[in-house]
Amino acid sequence: MIDTLRLTAEEAMGLVERGEVSAAELHRAYLDAIGERDGELHAYLRTVDEPDGDGVPIAFKDLISTRGVETTAGSKILEGYVPVYDATVATRCRDAALTLLGKTNMDEFAMGSSTENSGYGPTRNPWDPERVPGGSSGGSATAVAGGLAPWALGSDTGGSVKQPASLCGIVGLRPTYGTVSRYGIVAFASSLDQIGPMTKTVRDCALLYRIIAGRDPCDTTTVELPQPVEIPEREDLNGIRIGVPRELNETEGIESGVKESVERTIELCRELGAEVGETTLPRSVEYGLACYYLVAPSEASSNLARYDGVRYGLRVEGDDGVRAMYDKTRDAGFGDEPKRRIMLGTYALSAGYYEAYYGQAQKVRTVIAREHAAAFEQFDVLVSPTSPTVAFKLGEKTANPLAMYLSDVLTIPSNMAGLPGLSIPCGLSDGLPVGFQLIGPQFSENRLFHVGHALEKAIGFDFVPGRLAP
Amino acid sequence: MAITREEVLHVARLARLELTDEEVERFTEQLSAILEAVAKVSELDLSDVEPTAHPLDVVNVWAEDEPRPSLPVEEALANAPERDAGFFKVPPA
Repeated sequence: MIDTLRLTAEEAMGLVERGEVSAAELHRAYLDAIGERDGELHAYLRTVDEPDGDGVPIAFKDLISTRGVETTAGSKILEGYVPVYDATVATRCRDAALTLLGKTNMDEFAMGSSTENSGYGPTRNPWDPERVPGGSSGGSATAVAGGLAPWALGSDTGGSVKQPASLCGIVGLRPTYGTVSRYGIVAFASSLDQIGPMTKTVRDCALLYRIIAGRDPCDTTTVELPQPVEIPEREDLNGIRIGVPRELNETEGIESGVKESVERTIELCRELGAEVGETTLPRSVEYGLACYYLVAPSEASSNLARYDGVRYGLRVEGDDGVRAMYDKTRDAGFGDEPKRRIMLGTYALSAGYYEAYYGQAQKVRTVIAREHAAAFEQFDVLVSPTSPTVAFKLGEKTANPLAMYLSDVLTIPSNMAGLPGLSIPCGLSDGLPVGFQLIGPQFSENRLFHVGHALEKAIGFDFVPGRLAP
Repeated sequence: MAITREEVLHVARLARLELTDEEVERFTEQLSAILEAVAKVSELDLSDVEPTAHPLDVVNVWAEDEPRPSLPVEEALANAPERDAGFFKVPPA
């Protein structure tokens, strides 16, 4: 009997390597769990019946191109689109003998923080199905937390790996910009998008990052890792300097339960031997959200111009030729959030507004990067809550786009600077998981894994949602 | 900074979106609130600051120009809503 709720990917690999369980049996166990629980949770948009290799299964967010398997990015405009090639991360997973279990639900084109913007219905949080799993990688987060996949890949533009990991009580890494190939990924905001692992443990996270990271000739924004990925073992934090940025920890809207849990974890850092001190990122937090909501929609308005009913996806014809076809296809195919962001981006890039909006936002980005660099002169890792709140209820923020955008206020600043961030579960508040965000300098993933692993061992968080535990 | 109904219609035309009246009304209100929030970036005087377009400090890397097989026409057209003799087909202009 395979307990998919508790089995880590590392343990699953051990079972397969020792010949105790076959890839087919493992795949079947997860499909059975999906059959049992995914009617309620809706983590998956589609599953794959048979394993295509002899290793451990993995779930992919539905914006990762998979040859022969429908890929929609959660949008009706891509319904029925079947890629004719694999994304590089899919190829790398296959080369590592991982087998595709299925494609997970997401906010349309990765635009959202709750997975309610999916064109195929929302995903629910395994800890409480009345609540959202976060987003946009909510399907991947729910799949891992709900025992429906040993691990998964998500993508993170403004916080779309870290925030759902936080709300679902799992580990999520947003890697340093440029370390993981985006070849074959449905693009949202190209100067920010990164693919990242979503796992039950920090060691699983490091194992999966080791598989997917590295330069890819098909993606010219990728670079070679300066050092190989290390799977963490150390359980102390001796010699590590931990900075607590005041603004990231005291911003308005952080729930008291989240704050308490994070403060306890900071205290734990001290007990494990770290030096802890206060630091400041004054303009990064105050201006980060505004900066992001100019840069990301501007890039999205350009990236989403390709959905025009000509080469793939939906086509809606009018009675007025090709131009009417474009307009009707795009109005029928895109949901509200992509429409809002396309229009916001088009406006920000249009004549007369470019310098004041996009140009100014890119300068703010420089300011944010400099502030983080200054903090890293004194500290090795910066910490804060990942999300200001625990998982919120479905429908709570859908009518007010700005309230939804605030879900990412703590993950956005470091993303703008291209920095890696790890979210680990650090406790419960009212029975719902709280995430602890660890931010490092560029290419410091090994350090984040070390600190995350040591804390994970000391915290002893049980990643199996209480209501699902036998 | 409020956005007017006319500006929403203009932007929708630029973005090739045919919006319904109900959408125009809703987006005018929502985009006004969002623009007001993002206009915060203009509070800062950043005349001396260089913009960041790419978060990594990287330099160009040259590679050998090696021809490789490209996507066969049949595969490139596999997802086309309509095709004709090796081309994507669209309604006449």
